[in-house]
Amino acid sequence: MRRDIVTSVIGIVVMTILLGLVYPLAIWGVSQVAFPGNANGQKVYVGGKLVGSRIIGQSFATPVLEKNGKPKEVKGVVVTEADPRYFQSRPSVTEGGADNAAASTFSNRGPNSVKTKEADEENIKAYLEMEKPYDPSLTSAQIPVDAVNTSASNLDPEISQADAWIQAHRVAAKRQLALSVVDGLIAKYTSGRALGFSGEEGVNVLELNLALDRLTGGKG
Amino acid sequence: MTFSGWLTIILFAVVLTALALPLGRYMARVYTGQRVLLTPILGGPERFLYKLLRVDPEREQEWKAYAKSLIVFSLAGWLLLYVILRTQNAFFVPHALNPLGYHSAPWNVTFNTTSSFLTNTNWQYYGGEMTMSYLSQMIGLTVQNWLSAGVGIVVAVALVRGIVSRSGKGIGNFWQDLVRTILYVLAPISAVGALVLVSQGVIDNFTSYLTAHTVTGLTQSIAMGPVASQEVIKELGTNGGGFFNTNSAHPFENPTAFTNFFEMLLVLIIPAALVFMYGRMTGNRRQGYAIYGVMMVMFLGAVSVAYIAEAHGSPAQHAAGLHTHVILGSTGGNMEGKEQRFGIAGSALFDVVTTVTSCGAVNSAIESFTGIGGAVPFANLSASEVIFGGTGTGLYSMLLYVLLAVFIGGLMVGRTPEWLGKKLEAREIKLAGLGILVTPLAALFCTAMATASSAGRKSISEVALSKAGANTPQGFSETFYAYLSQANNNGSAFAGYTGFVQPNAGNVGSHGVTFADLLGGFDMLFARYAPILFALAVAGALAGKRVTPAGLGTMRTDNTTFAILLIGVVVLVGALTFFPALLLGPIVQGLTGHLY
Repeated sequence: MRRDIVTSVIGIVVMTILLGLVYPLAIWGVSQVAFPGNANGQKVYVGGKLVGSRIIGQSFATPVLEKNGKPKEVKGVVVTEADPRYFQSRPSVTEGGADNAAASTFSNRGPNSVKTKEADEENIKAYLEMEKPYDPSLTSAQIPVDAVNTSASNLDPEISQADAWIQAHRVAAKRQLALSVVDGLIAKYTSGRALGFSGEEGVNVLELNLALDRLTGGKG
Repeated sequence: MTFSGWLTIILFAVVLTALALPLGRYMARVYTGQRVLLTPILGGPERFLYKLLRVDPEREQEWKAYAKSLIVFSLAGWLLLYVILRTQNAFFVPHALNPLGYHSAPWNVTFNTTSSFLTNTNWQYYGGEMTMSYLSQMIGLTVQNWLSAGVGIVVAVALVRGIVSRSGKGIGNFWQDLVRTILYVLAPISAVGALVLVSQGVIDNFTSYLTAHTVTGLTQSIAMGPVASQEVIKELGTNGGGFFNTNSAHPFENPTAFTNFFEMLLVLIIPAALVFMYGRMTGNRRQGYAIYGVMMVMFLGAVSVAYIAEAHGSPAQHAAGLHTHVILGSTGGNMEGKEQRFGIAGSALFDVVTTVTSCGAVNSAIESFTGIGGAVPFANLSASEVIFGGTGTGLYSMLLYVLLAVFIGGLMVGRTPEWLGKKLEAREIKLAGLGILVTPLAALFCTAMATASSAGRKSISEVALSKAGANTPQGFSETFYAYLSQANNNGSAFAGYTGFVQPNAGNVGSHGVTFADLLGGFDMLFARYAPILFALAVAGALAGKRVTPAGLGTMRTDNTTFAILLIGVVVLVGALTFFPALLLGPIVQGLTGHLY
């Protein structure tokens, strides 16, 4: 028994040093040298300013301002409205506002839940309000599911191509671009399936929006 | 459903088998003390570790001594992890390793978390990026990711030794097995795997959380951390505890469909290889192939059901007016709680991979799976994780089922049951029976306690309750899944079930739900160590039994007939134990379009 205790105590200390310090630091060191961009989160800068991570979804909405010019807040969360000049990411319900990448969360909406249905209905309504003026033939039956359902991480950086093609009508109109130009950019920022068969094609929203800004200027 | 979806599933099975075969051969050589490719490099460190630990690796242990070493070592690990997690913001923790100054979680949550990581469960009431310091993740959780996997594997190895041993009562040396598992099996795959993950976009750094200023004038805070080193062992050791709250759904843990495929391979590679290792160590590879066949058939069945169900979509989606069939540019289906880059097939496959094993990592929200799609992880857990199962736990649990199947088969043909030349007697059957039954017992007992008490119902999430406030099938599923998952040391969750309330950032003023934390904690500890003891006891009982050559009356355990019998036994035990409970939760939701 004594022998087991001595060995266990030494064992757990040695293993903690080896596996908890030496191993992670070695992986960290090699990663920082070999893949610094990836290891640090694929940061994206515009004009020297950090605007996000390429693989973390973000909200393309502007803060709603009060009459005094300050951002309106409800319970400490800034109220925002979607910016029609940009492609919109999938719905997100992270705490403290959409796409809070310091607090990823599942929505945990059940398959047979009234609340899920209501959330979907609300998102369909918002989607139609936003896109129908620019795509008059759009009906709820044509809305791709990913545009209405929340993702798993609530930080999904991608949208489906079908969603992007619908939003392209609005973005093209707002930016006075030909639809074919916007569709061309969508194709450019669509990632293919891994190894040609695995996963699904998706459009990286941040990259697409930044490309649009480069084409027609940012805020305006 | 799409062609590429099915192709992903088929190719996954093929690649897995192709990789597991050589690894099984390699592991058989490692555990029988033969020279392997890495011996020249790792032989020195191995001997150094024995000296450091003051163990004589040549000294064989009987099952009781083996079990004692295992229990004492686990206890030491438990205490150290508890202390690490409770002193997260103590004065000696460097700021760089707790950049957000997170306080420790309260005692009850920490009890649950500690028990969870010790037992290879990795059930998480906490959200990684909201509660854990980099230091806790590194020297606390990562270390147990390795060790709990190692402990599982050595038990399987010891059981196989007991089954095949021809002389003496020894079943190996716990310390030698553990050191070899870490050095020769886990370390090389982890080191390579971690770098593969980083090369694809998994992060690994110690910088504080980023603040980005978006092009539309918002600020976004982005969590960082040493993720890759933990991510790889989380999958490889079938641990499953995410660095981030949303686990392998988080883009920093699982950035692409390729990493998704790679991580699934990491999860299943050791459980699959162990089966081939078993065949080799028994001296008859067909023994391994038969069990592998059983596992693969049940695995593919589960994947198919999940994929079809998820591609169909959910009643809530249809009621809201969404169309869920495949259209140009979207695969449709139930995308609630799923990531675009994985799609339906990549999510359904990942879900099955991690619930047949004790991994429990998730890349999609199981709570949002359709009724039938959600019934699949339930069914996987109800089979006590013998379809590949956890690293080690899967094989030793399956071998107990094999023993039971041999016994039942023997009764059917009216012969004394024999397994690999050894007569099975009352003692082995009793021990195997108990080993099989403790996990379901723990799961059902805890579910009943939690469902019947108001203290237990407190943990059911707001979204699972209907407007009237009455409990729904979803609420029952949450509860049942919580204790079933913890009992099977899986760790995946219907994530609405809560045991930790954090009103403020950084754990200030946070508190645990004591009932859920403690019940779950004991559920995990009991259902981990009781079966380990039974498995080792079986090993001890079989070790040294005289081997008689197979005769005409011997039932073969390496052919299709036996494989079918084995499937029958696994399904029957699972169904008899869990069917009534399954009906109340996921199946009732799957069979009706009713909204609650």
